[in-house]
Amino acid sequence: MRLKKNIATSEAGFIFNPGSGDSFSSNPIGSDILSYFKENKSRQEIINLICVKYEVSKNQFEKDLEDFLTQLKDYNLLEE
Amino acid sequence: MKLAINETGRKRKLVIAITGLNAIDSPGPGVAVIRSIKECTDYEIRIIGLSYEALEPGIYMHDLVDKTYQIPYPSVGTESLLHRLDFIHQIEKIDLIIPNFDAELFSFIKLRHQLDNLGIRTFLPDLEPFEARHKTMLFKFGLKHHLMVPEDRLVYQISDLIKAADELEYPLVIKGKYYDATIVNSQDEAQKAFYHLQAKWGLPIIAQKFINGTEINIAALGDGKGNTISVVPMRKLYITDKGKAWAGITIDDPSFIDLAHKFVKATKWRGGCELEIMQTTDGVSYIMEVNPRFPAWIYLTAAAGQNQPVALVRMALGENVEPFKNYEVGKMFIRYAWDLITNVGEFQKISGTGEL
Repeated sequence: MRLKKNIATSEAGFIFNPGSGDSFSSNPIGSDILSYFKENKSRQEIINLICVKYEVSKNQFEKDLEDFLTQLKDYNLLEE
Repeated sequence: MKLAINETGRKRKLVIAITGLNAIDSPGPGVAVIRSIKECTDYEIRIIGLSYEALEPGIYMHDLVDKTYQIPYPSVGTESLLHRLDFIHQIEKIDLIIPNFDAELFSFIKLRHQLDNLGIRTFLPDLEPFEARHKTMLFKFGLKHHLMVPEDRLVYQISDLIKAADELEYPLVIKGKYYDATIVNSQDEAQKAFYHLQAKWGLPIIAQKFINGTEINIAALGDGKGNTISVVPMRKLYITDKGKAWAGITIDDPSFIDLAHKFVKATKWRGGCELEIMQTTDGVSYIMEVNPRFPAWIYLTAAAGQNQPVALVRMALGENVEPFKNYEVGKMFIRYAWDLITNVGEFQKISGTGEL
């Protein structure tokens, strides 16, 4: 699963889907996750990077990441 | 030699008459069309406003409209309109008229050969496609051309309305012949809407199956030979209680471009039009309406790189216009209200003499 190619994101956490005109804003952690997605980092790499940067436990973040991905999927921002 | 340089360097003068100056909360497209045309620097353009009411804001926008003349309502008949246009033409030497109201288009289409004889160009659809896309005919039109259109019934009396509700089920969209639409959930609401719309726009009323989804509008320009010169789809971001887009954004979805091409090809549409689309969550796009003129948000097409009004002017003048290929995705408009200040003298002049 990865971010659709045409999805535009900004450092400030703004997400724009040019296909639908939908826009969203995410918090700084969400913004980091999206930028890692765009750099084609693996799920494990993202977990490691976020856990170090934000001093969050791996177990906690894995759950949060799952929720975040579900949201992205619901908003039609991901592709297989 | 000096004269020759002056001659070649001089821009061609163009006098363009435009209706739809009612830039109000449910705006006519005239002011946006003028704004778009003003971006064309190849001609020296004089804009003549054609108004119906003395309080149409565009009349008083002197930076956009050089002179305004009142014209008779379409209900008065085409003869009066032609007479008035002939009078204005004798003074202004009009090169082109761009009408922007649904209700007046029939008259202008009927008159276009006579206008042409006077030396006034138009760039309007033929009567047949104009009638075929009418609200009252749209469902049949969709069936014929394999375009998705919500099922509807024409309603002439309350018993028709009850029958339509039985067949299509609530909620229904009750629409006036020319303008206005209301979503109703019960027979009481439907009857109220019926009487209101009947009083305002006459019969028939259209009862249309309600489709839930995302509202997309598409501005398209056809050359009259089946070619689409421009298509710009826009997602409504903010919708007023009258269903008008108060903010919108250009989007990149090839299915809407294809849909517009299909419509223009099927109708050999000449001129501007707006397709009102409802896209369901499973991605089906229904054509809810086809407006036979530019939409009020047409300036967004100019801002996004496909200036449709200017392309229409060029085609009306007989120039070869190549279809646009790209537009800027993510270009937004946000409409705003602005209190234009004038004085009673101007109001008096347009009210009393029909000119300003």
